[in-house]
Amino acid sequence: MSPDTGADAAATLDQARQFGLSEDEFKRACRIMGRTPNFTELGIFSVMWSEHCSYKSSKVWLKKLPTTGKRVICGPGENAGVIDIGDGDAAIFKMESHNHPSFIEPYQGAATGVGGILRDVFTMGARPIANLNALRFGSPDHPKTKHLIDGVVRGIGGYGNCVGVPTVGGECNFHPSYNGNILVNAMTVGLARADRIFYSAAAGPGNPVIYVGAKTGRDGIHGATMASAEFSEDNESKRPTVQVGDPFTEKLLIEACLELMESDAIVAIQDMGAAGLTSSSVEMAGKGGLGIELALDQVPTRETAMSPYEIMLSESQERMLMILKPERQELARQIFDKWELDFAVIGRVTDSGRLVLTMHGRTVADMPVGPLVSEAPLYERPWTPAPALPELAAKTIEAREPIAALKQLVACPDLASKRWIWEQYDHLVMGHTVQRPGGDAAVVRLPGRKKALALATDCTPRYCAADPKRGGAQAVAENWRNLTAVGALPLAITDNMNFGNPERPEIMGQFAQSIEGMREACLALDYPVVSGNVSLYNETNGSGILPTPAIGGVGLIDDAAKSVSLGFKREGEIVVVIGETKGWLGQSLYLRELLGREDGAPPPVDLKAERHNGDFVRAQIRAGVVSACHDVADGGLLVALAEMAMAGGIGATLSAPQDQPAHAFWFGEDQGRYVLTCRSADALLQAAQKANVPARVVGKTGGAALTLAGGNAISVAELKRLNEAWLPAYMAQ
Amino acid sequence: MQAAIILFPGSNREQDVHDALERVTGKAPLKVWHRDSTLPKADLIVVPGGFSYGDYLRCGAMAAHSPIMREVKARANTGTPVLGICNGFQIITEAGLLPGVLLTNRTLRFHCKDVHLRVETSQSIYTRRYNAGQVIRVPVAHHDGNYFADKDTLDRLEGEGRVAFRYCSEAGETVDEANDNGSARAIAGILNEKRNVLGLMPHPENATDPLLGSTGGQGFFASLAEALA
Repeated sequence: MSPDTGADAAATLDQARQFGLSEDEFKRACRIMGRTPNFTELGIFSVMWSEHCSYKSSKVWLKKLPTTGKRVICGPGENAGVIDIGDGDAAIFKMESHNHPSFIEPYQGAATGVGGILRDVFTMGARPIANLNALRFGSPDHPKTKHLIDGVVRGIGGYGNCVGVPTVGGECNFHPSYNGNILVNAMTVGLARADRIFYSAAAGPGNPVIYVGAKTGRDGIHGATMASAEFSEDNESKRPTVQVGDPFTEKLLIEACLELMESDAIVAIQDMGAAGLTSSSVEMAGKGGLGIELALDQVPTRETAMSPYEIMLSESQERMLMILKPERQELARQIFDKWELDFAVIGRVTDSGRLVLTMHGRTVADMPVGPLVSEAPLYERPWTPAPALPELAAKTIEAREPIAALKQLVACPDLASKRWIWEQYDHLVMGHTVQRPGGDAAVVRLPGRKKALALATDCTPRYCAADPKRGGAQAVAENWRNLTAVGALPLAITDNMNFGNPERPEIMGQFAQSIEGMREACLALDYPVVSGNVSLYNETNGSGILPTPAIGGVGLIDDAAKSVSLGFKREGEIVVVIGETKGWLGQSLYLRELLGREDGAPPPVDLKAERHNGDFVRAQIRAGVVSACHDVADGGLLVALAEMAMAGGIGATLSAPQDQPAHAFWFGEDQGRYVLTCRSADALLQAAQKANVPARVVGKTGGAALTLAGGNAISVAELKRLNEAWLPAYMAQ
Repeated sequence: MQAAIILFPGSNREQDVHDALERVTGKAPLKVWHRDSTLPKADLIVVPGGFSYGDYLRCGAMAAHSPIMREVKARANTGTPVLGICNGFQIITEAGLLPGVLLTNRTLRFHCKDVHLRVETSQSIYTRRYNAGQVIRVPVAHHDGNYFADKDTLDRLEGEGRVAFRYCSEAGETVDEANDNGSARAIAGILNEKRNVLGLMPHPENATDPLLGSTGGQGFFASLAEALA
């Protein structure tokens, strides 16, 4: 090529810096090219080497996570993870962040987050059957919070409702550290046939490269780069880097792709997500060890005179890249015609190992694929461990009357009902939602089968900030526990690692230690990581978020009819706590919400006990002994009991042991615990004793109030009113 | 009974109603793509829920003008039962098979939840297995379900016993709190003059399986199965 004028001219170090590349990275790019890259080529380097696409700060740590297991069909590295769920079925799932775009433009940011994760899943041949989300907002007092909640919830609903995939679960909490940097993590779970999984590695030099879906516009250019930098006050000006979603086109794309996937036409397929046509073409060629030639003038565009740089870096939504068998090209074209979607042959696979881009017959970029992928920078960034916080003894912490404390807790933003959110999501479409939002895990039956998947997302960021390793382990353990609590066998997770600026050693320390905790929990619970996403630089003006390794888990229930929910079912049933209650108040919501303290070490996670207790609970549920089950988490035991009472509309009479401070017993956040109800406790207690699992009767269901023996009471109706009132009232202000 | 379900680009509850019909009739409904040149012979035509054409322009407006709807109207006029659920209600209303219009919910938000409905008449092929006044629980899932018509039309619908369902409390009272979307006179579903066309916003098809939490829609499909056997 002749680097002569305009965009063909050699790029400069200044331009590289503007694109987020360091001087060393620019030099590396020049070395790989054997010359100075031109503007288009530099753009391609910069997005491929962005934190978002290259995982350059996180990769060395992510490798430590266990990613294999007898259920794992495909671990991290593809569009999504794939696990075997028996009978020739596979579940395909992943969680991904859309944090920065959602802060800048909440509706479109959240909507396209849902669209992107759906594509990652149906790209691999799965019909999406459920969406979940994990949301973190700033303090409710912050002036932007309400506007952000409103936009994000509308965006998630607007997209998910229209594509007709039920949004069945998730979590939402609040902390001032997210004031300038909210987290919007979206998860999709799909169902495929285990022998019909589609991958992205290009094959067959000469095969046509096909572009399908929506047209390419000038939206989202450099979105991946934006997502890889810290925020500052000028982020409003970055609105044009946010993509615009069209769920209607996505719905057509899902149907068209799944229809085409019934044939043998597809050699490889990849969605155009972050970094658009660049990352999809480079990754497909890279994985296949091949080259790819694209004629950019053949790319369907919705704006005139788009430059090669703009076409390659656009993050316009609802687009896919496919490599087809040449003899099936016409069949594919007919299917996309039926669904009224663009279908364009834009290039071919080559054996040159190079990415060659032409525009009107002229070569505008020519670069080696292998080094672009394999020689991407990798950093072992320096890190410092988080300082250990002291353990707080319960007796040193002010005791409040339990019922008064409970009233305050059930109405606090983190524990208040999120009904206002999930009623704006269609959680019933497709007609298989066995357990709806609001429980420990959603349960979605598989079409035409008895079995069901249990799905949940979890993380307790305040634990992660106080002790990243414990927090990482706790996030995995709580997720595993939530799936167990509905009767499922937890199979595998996806992770969404949301952290601050990795160039700061204390942030890198949070990341490294969280990974260590997750690794230990995944190993102990036989719960591998099959997909994930890393979102770094979640900082605004130098102030980072609480470390938030969100975990999305998938579990299997052999018979959907045997799953249990958290609500009390009948009067006169025995209420049993499984697991040991020591009364751990460090980092508890009791401490934060009642005493205004965010201190102390978070509760330890005994992974052996976690597994032991969970396996016991699951066996009891499967044996049909358990009528209701709930994990004990945020807020502790009395909050868990109140949630069971509210869900079932039945009260209970409860008693605490004499040898423990009541506030520690009721509100301590010891891990590895469940509350069960059953008709008669004898058999259950005997089985627990035999299995060496701590079990304690704390009361009996019945009446219209929660009554503490020898203490106060509160009606279930009043609890419900307190719990349901906060969010709608806040949003109506 | 042979049912045919019309599919538009953006339909998304076709499988839900397909399964509910198949469960009660034992016969799988046909799915008819909107551009198919002929509409097969059918005892029941269903326009399912979803976001036909992305709800762009106005809910149901574009689908209502597609060629296949001319055929659906012709069949309806000769007595073939036509059922429009949710977006299907919007489409057949836009197509003129039923009076009135579905406006945006008064909250300006999407609602997905179980609601209580009072069955206002058992005099239809859709409701014959219910008793008039019976309260059933079924889900809604819509953003634009706020039924509106002028006073004369509403009076006429009521006078002719063509209001099929109303939003109500668990006890069967038409209280304002039970009418989330703000529908005129709490109307959730209406019949045409010949009583062969029904449009409703709620989803009886999502309330036919005890495992999924509510069975209030079973009577609806049992009525159809019985009437069209």
